[in-house]
Amino acid sequence: MTWSETLRTGWAAVRGHKLRSMLTVLGILIGIAAVILTVGLGLGTQKDVSQQISALGSNLLIVTPGSSTDSDGVRGGFGTGATLTRSDADALSSEVNAPDIGAVAPEKESSLSVEANDTNWTTTVVGTTEDWLDVRSRAVTSGEFLTADDDADGATVAVIGATTATELFGTTNVVGQQLTIADTAFTIVGVLDTAGSSTDTDLDDLVVIPLTTASDTVSGGFDRNSLTTIYVQAASADQLAAAYQEANQLLLNLHDITDADSADFSIDSQDSLVSTATSVYRTLTVLLTGIAALSLLVGGIGVMNIMLVSVTERTREIGLRKALGAPPWAIRRQFLVEAGVLGLAGGVLGAVLGVVAATVLPNLLDTSIVVSGAAVGGSVAIAMAIGIVFGVYPATRAARLAPIDALRSE
Amino acid sequence: MAELVLDRFPGEADADGTVIELVGARKTYRTGSIEFEALRGVDLAIGAGEYVAIMGPSGSGKSTLMNIVGCLDVLTAGEYRLAGEDVGELDEVELADVRNRRLGFVFQQFHLLPSLSAWRNVELPLVYGRVPAAERKERAVAALERVGLGEKLDNRPGELSGGQQQRVAVARALVGEPALILADEPTGNLDSRSTEDVLALFDELHAQGRTIVLITHELEVAEHARRIVFVRDGLIQSDEVNPR
Repeated sequence: MTWSETLRTGWAAVRGHKLRSMLTVLGILIGIAAVILTVGLGLGTQKDVSQQISALGSNLLIVTPGSSTDSDGVRGGFGTGATLTRSDADALSSEVNAPDIGAVAPEKESSLSVEANDTNWTTTVVGTTEDWLDVRSRAVTSGEFLTADDDADGATVAVIGATTATELFGTTNVVGQQLTIADTAFTIVGVLDTAGSSTDTDLDDLVVIPLTTASDTVSGGFDRNSLTTIYVQAASADQLAAAYQEANQLLLNLHDITDADSADFSIDSQDSLVSTATSVYRTLTVLLTGIAALSLLVGGIGVMNIMLVSVTERTREIGLRKALGAPPWAIRRQFLVEAGVLGLAGGVLGAVLGVVAATVLPNLLDTSIVVSGAAVGGSVAIAMAIGIVFGVYPATRAARLAPIDALRSE
Repeated sequence: MAELVLDRFPGEADADGTVIELVGARKTYRTGSIEFEALRGVDLAIGAGEYVAIMGPSGSGKSTLMNIVGCLDVLTAGEYRLAGEDVGELDEVELADVRNRRLGFVFQQFHLLPSLSAWRNVELPLVYGRVPAAERKERAVAALERVGLGEKLDNRPGELSGGQQQRVAVARALVGEPALILADEPTGNLDSRSTEDVLALFDELHAQGRTIVLITHELEVAEHARRIVFVRDGLIQSDEVNPR
């Protein structure tokens, strides 16, 4: 019996019981679609996260306060200490002490209510210096960015993100308009180019003001001189490691810390952020894929169940085929092919469903789903393999039937 | 072309023309500790072109004899040569091959596959005999024409009468040009008209030189054969030429 012959027989048997075959195929279909979707979702989220982090700017080191392991091994959370100050940022910008550091942008970030023309909008107010634009890889579409003089004078000028502008004024054409932050009136001198949004933060929803103004006018109080973040840009990508060493050593010296393990700040590179974030999502993806794989296993058991029914039901057919000269391997192959056809049909339909869902869902969920050809091809192959593997036992049972007993069964 | 294939004399017998040769054939069934001797030393020789009926009451060992002759089961002791080939010690795969090449079966319940058309049913032995597809169809069609069903090639068994179904089964038994056609109660499920019809077909096949062994418990059916073998208690009780 040739392969095409066996395939034709298998296909005819599958078609002969449409409802039963469809239900069996459904089990595999759901499993395969789930695997494709979870893997795609995991890859998509990883991609989103690394894009967001890359959007921060190139060659960046990110210095944050307080995240340190103290002598008892207790690690403080991000931003738990108000340990970074303007003088730290100034020291890092020194070309003598830190030749590998290109530019430094201190940030004093707070969430504040901003008012304009009786409209209220709570947004992120960032106090910083003129280098911020370059360090964060941003640009202004209209007007201009903050200058060194603005910072030195503590000028009440602001550069505004597109989202904030639209929320407050209904337009982004707002240069020269006034807005009020903490009872202080600011003049808008520029509008930032859009940078897109990530899942949890809108990079275009912010107001940028001079750091001096932020410390003296807006913030005030005990923490007035503290910074939330210092962005350090290496002079070039090759100098990132050297820049890291310099920044680390300088800050340790400035903070009078001898043991690097008890530093009251932490320095992350984009790479380390990306790998931390993606490793979290990878774990999640593995977990979800495991659950999806379980549903495939259940689908495979469904195939086995149906094949056992099929063998019992067709005992007489098996007996007849044997009487006519079918050797055991031909019978085994016939049932394996039938199980494989069920698996393959489930795999192909599941892949179609998975790809369709991967195209439709991102529009509804605001996350990307990355479907790779390898994942689709792989799952179809796995589906067929599942069909065949779970078909082995029923097929072997069929092949072992004695022809006389099989012929006599009613 | 079709005539050419079908009219070829099935010259599969050995030199002295013997198709079946059983010597001291014994078959013992064992269920737990209970032993049952279904055949207790049967000697039987059937020559090429013979038309033999095997008769006997239920429990006589006639079905066991049919299973042995049909290579569906193997002997406990004794020898069995089919068309000169010793089939006594063959394994499962070799027995399947012998059934495919040497034997054509006709069963009481027809045993046609309901999902296949008449010619697809008839070609089945050729499928397992690895005959190329084009030749299979040609031979299946010729066999169906031979049994008078040239008009029903594409009908499924459900669309045929009992007599027609049994004729499809006879065509299937013929198509592989076997040394022996083995019919197990072929008229047991047929009305009297279809019975006559099928028996007439066997008569014709016999006239063309086919070797036929027919197992039955009905005397009217056995009367068509030229030789009647009576089996009782696992032994051959009588073996006579039917005078007709």
